[in-house]
Amino acid sequence: MNKVPNRKAICDVLMEKAKTDKDIVVLCSDSRGSASLAPFFVAFPEQSVEVGIAEQDLVGISAGLASAGKKPFAASPACFLSTRSYEQCKVDVAYSRTNVKLIGISGGISYGALGMSHHSAQDIAAMSAIPNMRVYLPSDRFQTAKLIEALLEDQQGAYIRVGRNPVEDVYTEDNCPFEMDKATVVTEGTDVTIVACGEMVYPAKQAAELLAKEGISAEVLDMYCVKPLDKEAIIKSASKTKAVIAVEEHSPFGGLGSMVAQVVGENCPKRVICMALPDAPVITGTSKEVFDYYGLNAEGIAAKAKEAIQA
Amino acid sequence: MANLKAMSFDFRKDVVDMIMSGKGGHIGGDMSILDCLIELYYEQMNVSPENWGDPNRDRFVMSKGHSVEALYTVLGHRGFFSLDECIATFSKFGSPYIGHPNNKIPGIEMNSGSLGHGLPVAVGMALAGRMDKRDYRVYVAMGDGELAEGSVWEGFMSGGHYKLDNLCAILDINNLQISGTTEEVMNHTNIVNQVADFGWHVIECDGHDFASLKAAFDEAKATKGLPSCVILHTTKGYGAKIMENKAGWHHHLPNEEEYKEIVEELMARKEAALNE
Repeated sequence: MNKVPNRKAICDVLMEKAKTDKDIVVLCSDSRGSASLAPFFVAFPEQSVEVGIAEQDLVGISAGLASAGKKPFAASPACFLSTRSYEQCKVDVAYSRTNVKLIGISGGISYGALGMSHHSAQDIAAMSAIPNMRVYLPSDRFQTAKLIEALLEDQQGAYIRVGRNPVEDVYTEDNCPFEMDKATVVTEGTDVTIVACGEMVYPAKQAAELLAKEGISAEVLDMYCVKPLDKEAIIKSASKTKAVIAVEEHSPFGGLGSMVAQVVGENCPKRVICMALPDAPVITGTSKEVFDYYGLNAEGIAAKAKEAIQA
Repeated sequence: MANLKAMSFDFRKDVVDMIMSGKGGHIGGDMSILDCLIELYYEQMNVSPENWGDPNRDRFVMSKGHSVEALYTVLGHRGFFSLDECIATFSKFGSPYIGHPNNKIPGIEMNSGSLGHGLPVAVGMALAGRMDKRDYRVYVAMGDGELAEGSVWEGFMSGGHYKLDNLCAILDINNLQISGTTEEVMNHTNIVNQVADFGWHVIECDGHDFASLKAAFDEAKATKGLPSCVILHTTKGYGAKIMENKAGWHHHLPNEEEYKEIVEELMARKEAALNE
């Protein structure tokens, strides 16, 4: 079992790059511990900014830094970053076209028993609806590192959501195919397409393995780039399979499933099943307990895939 | 030195013409902040079309973005773009000159419109200047109604915490907002003490007196170890009696008669300023 959370992978990349790039600035809202960024604050105090528990200030200050040529990474729990400072993300980052990388930590239902105030099951929908805003949900630590390296090379704002807990590796250090803004084909298949993002990619991969044992060939797409969505990858896969399953740690509205359904409906109509969290405060539990309860696991995804192609 | 006072009444006519052309605008707040903008862009700030884009330029953020007509007028006169084109196309179909600041226009640093955004952004700009050891200054203008936005106070908190002496907040205290007086709508009992308590050096001045404005901004520049806040005591709608101190003129579009009356008074006040 991997012990490295994706947030730690972000810190490792920033620590390495900040040695030679003095424009990298990390900002936290009393969240450096939760963000695994405390080591950055120790190693690079001149490139670190603490704003206190003030998410609007966090994003506004980041935008000001970016407008003066800095490369700010603003890290705060996704639940607050994507709601409390939503307008700053919209106006100061996206609309003003500032190069702010918004790191939503402990995303989705990572905070489990802390309740709905601490869940961010609306962030994909909210952030994706903002013109100029990009939205990324990397699946494992290797992909997270490659994504952050790629984001350091561009000059545009983006929202990146990662979970709190370590997740199983989808890839390996030596084998993590990554092309910016292109979905990764995790498993090739011909019967059913499974499109997933973030923490749902690993169970989707496992589901494909379960389906293979029953003679069903599933293609799994790691859609870490929710916006800009890799439409071509969806169309290419959905055109050859019988049905599409979208899986996400998000509300059932406006997230990956909605986007996938739009693309398939417009381009290669066939059945799309959207697997997501319910439109309700979720049941109390750890991420695994919650995912299992709602069927957002390998068995649940495999069952939906069978149902979809048999319909 | 040019007669800025006399010039300010010509600029006010441009603001009114822009609003008439675009059939809308925020005339009251334009008139209260205009003299401050003239002082900043003609006397205080190191920013011009020639050094626009230079990382060492001084920066101005119009947090009370609805006063964009005043900003366009000053930027146009300073040569950042054609003021004639701006007035002719303001708020019209396809025009880049929209009703709030947009940084696709030369001279405008950041987009605004929703209140309470400018001060945190200015804090970030000032922090960047300190990190890069650049000696530019950052100015941000807010309205008094805007002070009800909580994010303003987050910005006062961080600006004070980081002792950003390259940062100057400007409060346009015209005592009116769209629904009435700021005292009635949401009172700030003692704005001088409130800002000072956040670790800022507070300077009060007459926002329509250029000597007073100059003294205030000179004092802000000379203040080291903490950020400054210049409080402008202003008159909403300043320039013609018909629109002065009237909440209804927050975004009133003058009719033809009112327009004539305003322009006549502006020109009379200009003459008086020239003869002072």
